Amino acid sequence: MKYIDEFRDGDAARLIASKIAAEALPDQAYNFMEFCGGHTHAISRYGISGMLPANVRMIHGPGCPVCVLPIGRIDLAISLALDRGVMLCTYGDTMRVPASDSLSLIKAKARGGDIRMVYSAADALALAEQHPHREVVFFAIGFETTTPPTALVLREAKARQLTNFSVLCCHVLTPAAITHLLESAQARELGAIPIDGFIGPAHVSIIIGSQPYVHFARTYHKPVVITGFEPLDVMQGILMLVRQMNSGRAEVENEFSRVVTATGNLAAQKVMAQVFELRESFEWRGLGEVPASALKIRPEFAAWDAEVKFDLHYASVPDHKQCECGTILRGIKRPADCKLFGTVCTPESPMGSCMVSNEGACAAHYSYGRFQDIAVVAA
Amino acid sequence: MKVKKNYLRPIDFKHGRVDMTHGAGGRAAAQLIDELFAAAFDNEYLRQGHDGALLPQPKGRLVMATDGHVISPLFFPGGDIGCLSVHGTVNDVAMSGAWPLYLAASFIIEEGYPLADLKRIVESMASAARQAGVPIVTGDTKVVEKGKGDGVFISTTGVGVVPDGLLIDGRQARAGDAIVVSGTLGEHGVAVMSQRESLTFETAIKSDTAALHTLVQAMLQALPDPARLHVLRDPTRGGLATTLNEIARQSQVGMSLIEGDIPVLPEVAAACELLGLDPLYVANEGKLIAICSPEAADTLLAAMRAHPLGHGAARIGTVTADDNCFVQMATRFGGRRVVDWLSGEQLPRIC
Repeated sequence: MKYIDEFRDGDAARLIASKIAAEALPDQAYNFMEFCGGHTHAISRYGISGMLPANVRMIHGPGCPVCVLPIGRIDLAISLALDRGVMLCTYGDTMRVPASDSLSLIKAKARGGDIRMVYSAADALALAEQHPHREVVFFAIGFETTTPPTALVLREAKARQLTNFSVLCCHVLTPAAITHLLESAQARELGAIPIDGFIGPAHVSIIIGSQPYVHFARTYHKPVVITGFEPLDVMQGILMLVRQMNSGRAEVENEFSRVVTATGNLAAQKVMAQVFELRESFEWRGLGEVPASALKIRPEFAAWDAEVKFDLHYASVPDHKQCECGTILRGIKRPADCKLFGTVCTPESPMGSCMVSNEGACAAHYSYGRFQDIAVVAA
Repeated sequence: MKVKKNYLRPIDFKHGRVDMTHGAGGRAAAQLIDELFAAAFDNEYLRQGHDGALLPQPKGRLVMATDGHVISPLFFPGGDIGCLSVHGTVNDVAMSGAWPLYLAASFIIEEGYPLADLKRIVESMASAARQAGVPIVTGDTKVVEKGKGDGVFISTTGVGVVPDGLLIDGRQARAGDAIVVSGTLGEHGVAVMSQRESLTFETAIKSDTAALHTLVQAMLQALPDPARLHVLRDPTRGGLATTLNEIARQSQVGMSLIEGDIPVLPEVAAACELLGLDPLYVANEGKLIAICSPEAADTLLAAMRAHPLGHGAARIGTVTADDNCFVQMATRFGGRRVVDWLSGEQLPRIC
């Protein structure tokens, strides 16, 4: 595969690994958070953690769109399918997210709900056109990457006056979540935030650009390196973070310069601004309420807003008491520190958000990295 | 007065459709069986015309396997549900080191299904059975109302015979054993996915569906001591990763794989990249995994590579002593990771 294999080359990886090992100061701790689930997945799938020196640690952040979806939001979607008889369309990853009453979308489907897995927002719009006598709802999730396609179908639905289509909007924003991580009460209480720098989002940054991260570098003095999702990108991003720390810099650097610009995709930003506005606050699974961290559909598009159309009211549902997702997502604890990890909480029956998708911190560790825990115990 | 001979209007295999009478056990059902199934599968046991086939007693121990086929779509590049239902069961029997002797087939057909398509499926099945040398000796047909099935479901059962003394099963893997695959992985799953309505992408990838019993016999004959072949399994649903985890658990061992040695066609790797799949978890229908004593590995590989269904055979790893039964892999990138069980479903209705 031309243009992919080059970014997965073992020899190049070993070269960067040796540079990281040589340049990381032995008595310095390097705690870096990769915000995105895409990075978490790459780190686990290619075994990157094991190629780093012991003092360079990766903290898996909350950037997995299905993981941060709170139970109450899934409950709303399930009630639309089961109680209101709508045809509910959503991305495949969303199907297994655990909700109330031991349900999930896949279990609601087994109970007779008409729940369809789609590959794009446009597929959901097409289903609405094919089934004019059915109410079709697109359960829209994701960060800035998946938001522009949702904005486009909403604009399209309005232009065509397609009255049997609506969107249950759960789009969330990356910079707000990073701010929350850095500002959170827990972090302040503990005195020191255990995050020394960020591997910045790849695809999200294509849309929003590198500019929004300057604030984190300046205000919180945290280096940010925007990094691609291929494993060599990640290795290079880590090396750049090590170098920033060693030289006392806290800047926004762009490793993913082949696609990310300072200002991002202006056309996408424009269509998002036309269709969406900021929510005052949104609940994130594992993080709780985060102010100004999500989008809602503008009143001009209210006829296509499922929350308005079906008069939906959000109710927060707490996670399992012993679930440590909140502290794991903040880098305070590691997956194996959670009492539920690998016992009652597994990818087959996830209790908390981090175990839901392979991009989640716990599921990635469970599926790809568990043998490291054993080695630690044995040593 | 002379009684007129029964006249039956021939079945319209061009434009006709299956209706409820075809499964009702009456004249229409008998006619469909005669003109389609019996004609295509014809063999001496089927000709007995009983509900059950009367078979001679073979020497050795009997092996029996059954497999339901619910694949969607029914026709895919490289095959269809008909040949798949023969290969799937023949392979399940062969993975005990057995020689398959007979097949039984049960059809559940949805009302309204085009007879022309049913004929194609049945003929593909008959041809696959003939090629494999395994006759379909008994069968059953049921029709369900429209909307209660999805075209055609086929369930097949196979019987085979394995010589006394040969013990090949998932519990026999031992630390130090070599892990071998018979060829490139993931073609079947990707070929089927490429045909799904919601996923239109163009590819030249064909399903690898094939009957593997002659390959298995070639492997057994090549080994001076067949007891050195410990495990055979076909990595169908869940792919290589899931199958190796099953064996690791059954044998209470671990496995250590080398990613760079696992054969995957570039076009399969590219399609998986596009679909967000991992080829290690994608289904195969014409590949096998063999686990053997390390000293037998070279002989086994040579025998596999000399067979048309094993020319791409490769050694991909080693069985390890591990109470946790982890399947681990050295990545091409230079790291290590667990290759875990498939969780949830990666690709529904793939076989």
